[in-house]
Amino acid sequence: MSKASHKGIKLQVVDDRPLTPCCPGEQPAVSPVNISEANWVVGQLETNTGPVYRVATALDRSDLWGAVKARWGVGRMNYTVPPGLYAIGAPDENAAVLVSANYKLSFDSLRRELSGLNLWLLVLDTNGINVWCAAGKGSFGTAEVARMVGRTGLARLVSHRTLILPQLAAPGVAAHEVRRRCGFNVVYGPVRAADLPAFLRAGNKADAAMRRPSFTLRDRLVLTPLELTSLIKPLSGFALFLFLLNLSAALLKGNPLALLPLLGHTIDHLVPFVVAVLVGAVLVPALLPYLPGRALAWKGLVLGVLWAFAYTALTPGAESWLRNTAHFLIIPSITAFIGLNFTGSTTYTSLSDVIKETKIAFPLIAMAAGLGLIALVAAYFV
Amino acid sequence: MKYRYLKNVVTLQMDQEKCSGCGMCLEVCPQQVFTYAENVSWITDRDACMECSACARNCPRQAIKVRQGVGCAYAVLMDRFKLKGICCKDACRCSLDNIPDP
Ligand code: SF4
Ligand code: SF4
Repeated sequence: MSKASHKGIKLQVVDDRPLTPCCPGEQPAVSPVNISEANWVVGQLETNTGPVYRVATALDRSDLWGAVKARWGVGRMNYTVPPGLYAIGAPDENAAVLVSANYKLSFDSLRRELSGLNLWLLVLDTNGINVWCAAGKGSFGTAEVARMVGRTGLARLVSHRTLILPQLAAPGVAAHEVRRRCGFNVVYGPVRAADLPAFLRAGNKADAAMRRPSFTLRDRLVLTPLELTSLIKPLSGFALFLFLLNLSAALLKGNPLALLPLLGHTIDHLVPFVVAVLVGAVLVPALLPYLPGRALAWKGLVLGVLWAFAYTALTPGAESWLRNTAHFLIIPSITAFIGLNFTGSTTYTSLSDVIKETKIAFPLIAMAAGLGLIALVAAYFV
Repeated sequence: MKYRYLKNVVTLQMDQEKCSGCGMCLEVCPQQVFTYAENVSWITDRDACMECSACARNCPRQAIKVRQGVGCAYAVLMDRFKLKGICCKDACRCSLDNIPDP
């Protein structure tokens, strides 16, 4: 069902006419394409710039299911809303104008906070990317804001000249430039959509807490599924590698070739590494503020070494010294690498810092992993 | 709480001579790097800067300079090895577009 409605909105409202100069735009706010089929549309508003779709402020099951799928990387790239002007409630010419990205998750997390309000919602074309990333890449930028203000004829629709942008759009938008280009004043709203009603009630004022991105346990773990799905492939490759090692060791030593024991050994040998991946992808984000040090690879390394010790302690005497050496080299490499990778998911790492950390950490990780692999292979044949 | 990353690395610079004290940088900075005193803005927590460049872009006087970028090791590595990957697994910092579970 969500698929059908998705098809409906994939018909782009946007056109490919050259960029229109900002205000006054002469085109209708929304072209008559059947967004009306979308599950999040609840009616239409007639305005002097043409019909405007009214958007639901409650999420239904297909929205929630879509969010789950996007989190696991399914159909993530097409999870968009057609850019254009929308209405929340019954806005009039004095109603505030919110500006947002056209990534459906951003759009959903915004509208679900707006029930009971009367607002205009200007959805930019950010290529289906969330506000912060789009601002960093420039697709949520000064030019796009001015272009959409022009194309929707916003200046003829509202009597005021204020746009409320998410604060995290600021890396892409120059407020003073927007004013120069289309006469609208940019006010940066709160970081979180949930604070918008309070922000509006306070007369477009954000307090200090509204200006700070949170990075709670939940925020830190929300990207873990995506990290895990991206690790399934290399992990399967590694499993196959271990199976082939077991097989060739059995052949060389002239052991009988039985599939079940071979598989059993492979799984036994795989366990410490699978747990290492989980330690890196789940425990590093979860324990982030409590782990020692500042560098993310270091935080991962600490947990990896702990797990390598724990595994050795849990299997006393069961493993050869070569295999133990391999564990102590490879497991921390895995957790340190996943930790390093987590930089992109945090809310506070800067590019210069990450370049510095990567330059130091990555060669060490690669070297340790390489030596560990040699030890691991050797463990099968000595 | 405020998370902290490495010390003395970021490229943030301000030419306070140009500052008019409009306060825009204080408003847009997600890391509370600036404070306001004596009618101008001061960099008071440089290490917290994440080089998002919101301040530099929104300063009407061009008083601030910073190298803009996303602090993502995956992107840095892809770039280093000239590999084409989807940026940040296309999920960088998406944690801010949260939807609570049903
Ligand atoms: S935005 Fe520029 S002019 Fe305004 S307070 Fe900051 S540094 Fe000064
Ligand atoms: S670059 Fe971003 S984090 Fe750094 S001072 Fe400017 S606004 Fe703050």
